[in-house]
Amino acid sequence: MQETAQATQIGDLKPPVTSVGVIGWAKNNLFNGWFNSILTIVTLFFLWKIVPPLLQWAFFNSVWHTTGKACRGIDGACWSIIYTNFRFIIFGFFPYEQQWRPLLAMFLLFGLLFYSRDRNHWKKPLGYAWIVGLFTMGLLMKGGLFGLTSVESTQWGGLPLTLLLSVFGLTAAYPLGVILALGRQSKMHGVKWLCVLYIELIRGVPLISLLFMSAIIFPLFLPEGITINKILRAQVAIILFTASYIAEVVRGGLQGMSRGQYEAAESMGLNYYQTMRLVILPQALKIVIPPTVSILISAFKDTSLVVIIALWDLMKTTQSVLSNPEWMGFSREAYLFIAILYFLGCFSMSNYSRKLEKELSTED
Amino acid sequence: MNEELTKNAENRSSDEAMIEIIDMHKWFGDFHVLQGINLTVGKKERIVICGPSGSGKSTLIRCINRLEEHQRGRIVVDGIELTNNIKNIEKIRAEVGIVFQHFNLFPHLTIVENLTLGPIWVRKVPKAKAEEMAMYYLEKVHIAEQAKKYPGQLSGGQQQRVAIARSLCMNPKIMLFDEPTSALDPEMIKEVLDVMVELAQEGMTMIVISHEMGFAKSVAHKVLFMDFGQIVEGNTPEEFFENPQNERTKLFLSQVLH
Repeated sequence: MQETAQATQIGDLKPPVTSVGVIGWAKNNLFNGWFNSILTIVTLFFLWKIVPPLLQWAFFNSVWHTTGKACRGIDGACWSIIYTNFRFIIFGFFPYEQQWRPLLAMFLLFGLLFYSRDRNHWKKPLGYAWIVGLFTMGLLMKGGLFGLTSVESTQWGGLPLTLLLSVFGLTAAYPLGVILALGRQSKMHGVKWLCVLYIELIRGVPLISLLFMSAIIFPLFLPEGITINKILRAQVAIILFTASYIAEVVRGGLQGMSRGQYEAAESMGLNYYQTMRLVILPQALKIVIPPTVSILISAFKDTSLVVIIALWDLMKTTQSVLSNPEWMGFSREAYLFIAILYFLGCFSMSNYSRKLEKELSTED
Repeated sequence: MNEELTKNAENRSSDEAMIEIIDMHKWFGDFHVLQGINLTVGKKERIVICGPSGSGKSTLIRCINRLEEHQRGRIVVDGIELTNNIKNIEKIRAEVGIVFQHFNLFPHLTIVENLTLGPIWVRKVPKAKAEEMAMYYLEKVHIAEQAKKYPGQLSGGQQQRVAIARSLCMNPKIMLFDEPTSALDPEMIKEVLDVMVELAQEGMTMIVISHEMGFAKSVAHKVLFMDFGQIVEGNTPEEFFENPQNERTKLFLSQVLH
């Protein structure tokens, strides 16, 4: 009895004031040792130098609803460039009256993406929902049916185009990359060397040159009278390029699997496809989530390279606003705006990958 | 462990051969790991193989379910000869269960899912039936309460018992054990051996690589000693331990038994 009494007494003792609360936290995290104390002070100094002027520029001195001329004299940010040109930056040359269509398509996409976040929803109906959703999005963009005016794909642009290239690029590149990685591990030499050749060739070439090839060289080889949509060609280039990177990352994951896992699966009579699908890939792909997401994020940003083959993606529409004499010189504001859009996309991807990793973890 | 019970007459091996290995050779590169193995294992017969590491014992039993490929000689399992015929290999693998030294459970699946994977995909058993069966075998290895956990949350001994149950779910005719207790902490060895003894009492055909001499004495019909890729000596456990014939066997036993 006495022992328990003593135990509670000791348990009730509070830690010293200097190690808890605000003071304790600051002491532990900001001023533990002379080096960290100096770092803290230097950091605080720079924050004090940078943050207030930035706020001043971006908010207190900024203008939001003026013409370009009115912006010239002021000392702050001219957000009017975004406000005035918003619909062109976002939708490009899509007919003005019809811009509700790409807007609706984007909402549909975001809705589907948001709903797909939850792994419990990954069932057959979701697959159908995606098929119907993609078809509807295509219909909204292209039109020509159900009384919607037809809009040529040459008029597509801005954010919808960027999303189109990214979403299709990433979702098609991932399975292709996995197949290539498996092919590279194959015991069949023909398959193996084809995959190696593909991966090394595509990885050894910059994306820009692939895009040029798809835009300029590839059409030369097509028989006369046949043309393939320019967006589709760029899309294919992005898919092929991203897949080769994903293949190498996935190969790393496959090599990280122990032989015992293969042997256990084979010894119970599972065939190659079952072994891969049920045992090896679920584990290998989980291990490589972080590097895979890095690749997907950089692929998402790299879609902005289609600027050079004159596709009007988000980057290009922004640039063309800046070449308008009225808005020339406000590139800071314009680029900051699209940087924020890209950041939102990338950040939600990396956020989601962390969530997924945590959910898939089976360790205690 | 009751010797009378485990080795009673009706449980004795019959003449029907389950495994027949005839003059089997295997090389790893230039290294001649198995040098002419001849071995017949009858139905319900239980064999314990011991020998120094590198003697080829693991390779031998891994050849039986084709995790390793033999290069000369013949292996016939339950009437089916092991050749490059992939259909035969899959058929034999479904009949032969193997338990590994390092368990090799699937860490991304729960215990029940580990057990039902084979029955569902290889035997095409409906999911509910497979789960029922899984629970039956988990009871058998005394671990049913862990069914919903992941392998990483279990102790080594528990994992190995799950691995045994996983093999049993395939209703194998033969069970191979590749040093099932040598990766375990001492206090967990017994729980695994107990399960194996129970299995032996039910008349399973077993080949066990193990240095657990107590286990060998109580359940084996025959103990084999392997060295340098050959079966040096084989005898009943009594004769094998009391009266070893070969010098190498004597030396090995003197090192293993204290």
